Amino acid sequence: MSEARYRSLRELPGVHALAAGTAMCAGCGGLEALHEVLDVLGTRTVVINAAGCMTLLASYPFTPFHGSWLYTSMASAPAGAQGVRDALDLLRSRGRIGADDDLTAVVLSGDGSAYGMGLSATSAAIERGLDFIYLCYDNEGYGNTGQQTSAATPHGARTPTSPGPAGHAGEKKDLFDVWVAHRPRYAATVIGAEPLDLARKVQRAASLAGPRLILALAPCPTGWDYDPMHGVDIGRLAVRTGIWPLKEYVDGAVVHTHVPHPRLPVEAYLSTQGRFRHLFEPLRNDALIGEIQQRVDRYWQNVG
Amino acid sequence: MSRVLLNGNAAAAWGARLARVDYVPAFPITPQTGIIETLAAWFASGDAEGRMTTCESEHSMVTAAAAAAATGVRVFTATSSQGLLYAMEMVFAVPGWRAPFVLVNVSRALATPITLEPDHSDVLAARDSGFLQIHCASCQEVLDSVLLAYRLGEDPRVRLPVIVNQDGFHLSFTREPVDLPDAAAVDAFLPPFDAQQAGFRASRPVSQAVAVLGGSPYSYFRYQVHLAQNAALAAYDEIAADFAARFARQHPAVEAYRCDDAEIVYFLIGSLSARARLAADRLRASGLRVGVVRPRLLRPYPAAALRALLAGKRAVAVVDQNLSMGSGGILHGELGGALHGHADMPLLLSFVGGLGGREVSDGEFAAMAREAFAAARSGEVPEARLLYTAGELRELRKLQAVAGLAPGSPR
Repeated sequence: MSEARYRSLRELPGVHALAAGTAMCAGCGGLEALHEVLDVLGTRTVVINAAGCMTLLASYPFTPFHGSWLYTSMASAPAGAQGVRDALDLLRSRGRIGADDDLTAVVLSGDGSAYGMGLSATSAAIERGLDFIYLCYDNEGYGNTGQQTSAATPHGARTPTSPGPAGHAGEKKDLFDVWVAHRPRYAATVIGAEPLDLARKVQRAASLAGPRLILALAPCPTGWDYDPMHGVDIGRLAVRTGIWPLKEYVDGAVVHTHVPHPRLPVEAYLSTQGRFRHLFEPLRNDALIGEIQQRVDRYWQNVG
Repeated sequence: MSRVLLNGNAAAAWGARLARVDYVPAFPITPQTGIIETLAAWFASGDAEGRMTTCESEHSMVTAAAAAAATGVRVFTATSSQGLLYAMEMVFAVPGWRAPFVLVNVSRALATPITLEPDHSDVLAARDSGFLQIHCASCQEVLDSVLLAYRLGEDPRVRLPVIVNQDGFHLSFTREPVDLPDAAAVDAFLPPFDAQQAGFRASRPVSQAVAVLGGSPYSYFRYQVHLAQNAALAAYDEIAADFAARFARQHPAVEAYRCDDAEIVYFLIGSLSARARLAADRLRASGLRVGVVRPRLLRPYPAAALRALLAGKRAVAVVDQNLSMGSGGILHGELGGALHGHADMPLLLSFVGGLGGREVSDGEFAAMAREAFAAARSGEVPEARLLYTAGELRELRKLQAVAGLAPGSPR
């Protein structure tokens, strides 16, 4: 790639595009990622929001955004982005606005929308080649309503709707692969705890046109049950245990931007969070911990 | 101006074309599809300048429509029946964005049972959404109402999306002579869309459709839409008068047919009113003073105009092509609410008919008038009823027998 690329943390933007003081929980990993993404994208953005935690960011008459905002619904944020993008294109082509008034359309949604209710609208937007960035803060559950199981909840996690001794019986849907199957212009996984990797990917996404995914694992102190002071550590552990692979899809190929070596055992990550406490207390559930480890091992065995 | 044969779907498309719509998010559904196919052909041939985006659902379609309108372009879209209901979350959400656009709904009955044929259950489900509603009875009205709808919805006093409703099949697939207005005359009537303060621009960031905390700001903003609807009543009269002056066609908020001296009137919306007018003519030929009242504007509800028209009448036969299960006809209930407590108001009789495309016969119109006269004489209002004949029931029993149910079975 020929575009400019951040070389170190010191090169990251020092001016923040998102104001402080929001209604998000202390230590919100989604807000961390959003800050870092918008720092790179800047303020010439219109954020099209799907129902979720971050819908409360813009609460009348306050907003932390220096750019524009449109709340839509849980299912149709990509369609909102379509309408805005199409209208901006029409206004541009008819000379009713200049290039300096154009905006980047950014969908902002949680995993509840991105992995589930909004997937049909997302699939259609990618298939139409919509020029937009889709930022998903994935806190692996319906966080705004108390972390009920969503299609992004990992196997074994205990949630209010998967309260049994083995937690959630299903598997986390692979949204990155779902996107890649659509042949988008770009897709990447990121995490706020790895800001340089995140910034480089957002930089690359911003240099391209078409459907682009930034999928951010969003450690959630209230939903995952840990002290907010540990949020960054937990994010790093998600990467170093190999549970959250950092990768990108561009020009038809998936490339891992970080291969953890040596990989820490998954329990280093799992044991930090109340949602996995049943794997360790009152009795250690070696079978389930082993199962989770095996899945991660298998994933990395297949990474060339 | 030229006169051509157009069905309701083509008339709706012509309305959009003459309004010079910029953007059409679309999704096909019977009996609406002809509208978007016609527009797609014109956009492809260059006969009209506009852009169509085919969405994957009506929910997305209405989201895209409102988002584009909020960005500052003139938007047209169309749907029907299950499609309108699939979009319903957004139909209720987007009026609060105060971004005007026009949606033509081609009325079709709702499941279950699933059917393609018309009644008004779909559009009346959107009654409380904040969309304005204009109901048409002819293909000419469909075309003209699309133009009226843009002027009305974009009026600074209103700033709301508008549903223009036409009946599936009876209008959508029925060709009638339609006067096509000259494009220049339409341009003079309908200037280009003025987005006012709306529109996302890098130089002018805005936040749209944001959350509120608490009931007080919520109540305020909801009531603003209500006030804008009310303001649309006066705005509509002005706009319809301007339209009449330019195009010599009257499209009042409430159409009154042979009402001045009528003792009894039929009250209904949509194309069935044509049969009601014929029924009134026949009854007048036999010496009975019968008229027809047809609201074109259903939201805002023209209550004062209806009271003025109906004051002094003896009885009204309300014909509802919809059924609010557990209550009855929606038009009947609304009209009762508008008339109750005012002096000199007529008795209201409720008939539910024409569900799912069932014909309402001339004989039934005559019978409804007879009942209205009888009620006026006796002062007693009969029970609300469904228009359904003994012969129909016998035929249905045969179908049930074929389906394997015992005769007389409740299902």
